[in-house]
Amino acid sequence: MNEARPLTAGAVPVEAPRSRAALIWLLLPLAVLALAVAWLVAADPLRYFDNGAPQVENLTFERTVLSSNGIDILVRAGGSEPMTIAQVQVDDAYWQFTQSPSGPLARRETAWIHLSYPWVPGEAHAVKVITNTGATFEHEIAVAVPTPVANAASLGGQALLGVFVGIVPIAIGLMFYPALRGVGRGGMNFLLAMTVGLLAFLMIDAAGEAFELAGEAAAIFQGQAMVVLAAAASFLLLMVIGRRDGTPAGLTLATFIALGIGLHNLGEGLAIGAAFASGAAGLGTFLVLGFTFHNITEGIGIAAPMLKVRPALWTFPSLTLLAGGPAVLGLWIGSLAYAPQWSALALAIGAGAILQVVVEVTVYLMKSDGRGVAALSSWPALSGAAFGVAFMYVTAMLVKV
Amino acid sequence: MLEIPDWLRARLSRRSILGAGIAAAGGSAIAAAGTARQPARAEHAGANRHGEMSGASHGSSHGAMMTVGEVDEERNGFDTANILTEWERGTASRLSDGRVLRTFEIEAVDKEIEIAPGIMFPAWTYNGRVPGPALRATEGERLKVVFRNHGSHPHSIHFHGIHSARMDGIPGAGVIAPGEEFAYEFDARPFGCHIYHCHALPLKRHIHKGLYGLFVVDPDSALHPEHTQVALSRLLGTPENAEWQELAMVMNGFDTNFDDENEVYAVNTVAHAYMKRPIPIQRDKPVRVYLTNAVEFDPVNSFHLHANFFDYYDHGTTLTPTLRTVDTVMLCQAQRGILEFSFKDHEPGLYMFHAHQSEFAELGWMSFFDVRETVA
Repeated sequence: MNEARPLTAGAVPVEAPRSRAALIWLLLPLAVLALAVAWLVAADPLRYFDNGAPQVENLTFERTVLSSNGIDILVRAGGSEPMTIAQVQVDDAYWQFTQSPSGPLARRETAWIHLSYPWVPGEAHAVKVITNTGATFEHEIAVAVPTPVANAASLGGQALLGVFVGIVPIAIGLMFYPALRGVGRGGMNFLLAMTVGLLAFLMIDAAGEAFELAGEAAAIFQGQAMVVLAAAASFLLLMVIGRRDGTPAGLTLATFIALGIGLHNLGEGLAIGAAFASGAAGLGTFLVLGFTFHNITEGIGIAAPMLKVRPALWTFPSLTLLAGGPAVLGLWIGSLAYAPQWSALALAIGAGAILQVVVEVTVYLMKSDGRGVAALSSWPALSGAAFGVAFMYVTAMLVKV
Repeated sequence: MLEIPDWLRARLSRRSILGAGIAAAGGSAIAAAGTARQPARAEHAGANRHGEMSGASHGSSHGAMMTVGEVDEERNGFDTANILTEWERGTASRLSDGRVLRTFEIEAVDKEIEIAPGIMFPAWTYNGRVPGPALRATEGERLKVVFRNHGSHPHSIHFHGIHSARMDGIPGAGVIAPGEEFAYEFDARPFGCHIYHCHALPLKRHIHKGLYGLFVVDPDSALHPEHTQVALSRLLGTPENAEWQELAMVMNGFDTNFDDENEVYAVNTVAHAYMKRPIPIQRDKPVRVYLTNAVEFDPVNSFHLHANFFDYYDHGTTLTPTLRTVDTVMLCQAQRGILEFSFKDHEPGLYMFHAHQSEFAELGWMSFFDVRETVA
């Protein structure tokens, strides 16, 4: 607090007091904050609000692993005070359990609950956690199936699934490239608008799924805000990167489309992997084919902005891997280490990335057409956008279960 | 964990000795410390006190269906092992007409109790325990029950018995506000196994919070010349009665999250208490159980005895069985009866008894009789 004196001492050079004054003005609000905290803690002026109500308790179930050893569940505490798990019921029966780490769970802390329960494949089970205050938290296992473990067979199977869901359709779509090269202005506008339409569908799909998953996550992650912020951040970041050398076009734009679709496929893979791991969805050939069919237009969309350039041959497999490869990665992560908040985050980032390419492809369409905004209301553009959205919507019916 | 049988046995045998409580406290503490980090299975080696049952204890007979840990009965202030045989007889004096006046004193107290390991329940209690004290009188005696309400809500004691409207313990006739006192006076009749509970409103809340208990009226043998021996065997304190092992059991449940469904079921409050510490039974001594059902929210409760059959006296108001040779009885709330059975033709071992609503059993109302040649 010696800093106060130089303010009144006229002999001191002007510069010093100014910087010291700035320092004081920086320290003053912090000092007030410290004072407020100290007073709240020491004097407990809020005891008036202590109406004897029990502490708020919250528990989120993040992962469920079913194995021959029984049921393992990862829980995350979200109480106002550390909370203690007293007993665990499975299907309305007290069941012996172990908790690691043991002891009370502070806010945000996670613990694994192990139950050596003889679960029945294909049937439903309910786990109920009772805390020391008698509050209960219930988790439903809708369909009990063994949780995939990381071994060559399961990783290989999931990779194959990811290839069919992500890589094969992109590759097929890109194979239309030579055939599409000859299209005129109308055809070009149709293809680009179709790309915008399908991307818009993917964005809505990803955002909706992200919000849904965010709702399942523990309150501490503030799912809704997290989704919006992550999407906005990825959108702005990609816009800035993409516009470093002017508006993206040609191969650059194709790469950004591939990246956006890839991020979406990562989130999609996480969700599919998690659904299969939890037994929420059975895996049929028809379903996989549905995904393949659904995603073919994504390849055409990537090809569209490159039709007027002549990219090297290696760019095609690279773009395929960039757009489709993340589906494999997502499946692996989703089935082995699923948590709703991380899937929501991946989908939100994907939605933001797609918004960026929606903007850039639209700008590219206007520029390459030469008529500007008028091009958007042309017949090929409108029908292309409508076709893109409608195709995605109809083929999505094949995969929604 | 193998020390447990020893401290348990010591505890059961010395339960009348003043110092037993201290030993029990030590034992509980040791057990609690031991179980804190233990995967459950080890901890009910406690029941494995028979040499011949080494290795596969009854731990494997119930799988892993069991609460984890131990209830601190010292903190609860009542011990599930003692509650079985503790009868509250009040104080007796003579009226001018020669009859016995038996006076009971009961206080309503708010108290947090541990109903399953680690689960605390904000109970309303009679005399600090759930179930309330098991009152025992003899047919024809004049009873005076002095009731003081130290709780936070109005309470009463409503006896299932024969009495005047003024003594009924309902609003306007014996429901008293906190801080007040009331004396319920009536004759002890009919003889039988009865229940008392709080009849303040709302009834559901007052009952399931813990305000109930057994009220047993023993028959006066002089009034039942055709069944003198049976009546004498039911009269606490007679040599005939000493031939029996009598147990007080109140089937109850607790709705810990107040959603009108019970999370915990038990006989005498603590979930799985007699699974972890089976009730010692001397093989050649007949058993008489005074049973009542205080469970709220569920329409019925039941009692099923394994590997044996019993005679049943509905409400205990007869000296001949109302049901013979049954192994299951069903009781609605406040229904009660007396069960009589014997293990004299059985080999020693753990004999299960439980509600035959599997849900109740698996939520805590499951127990063992530990039949032995001798009970120390």
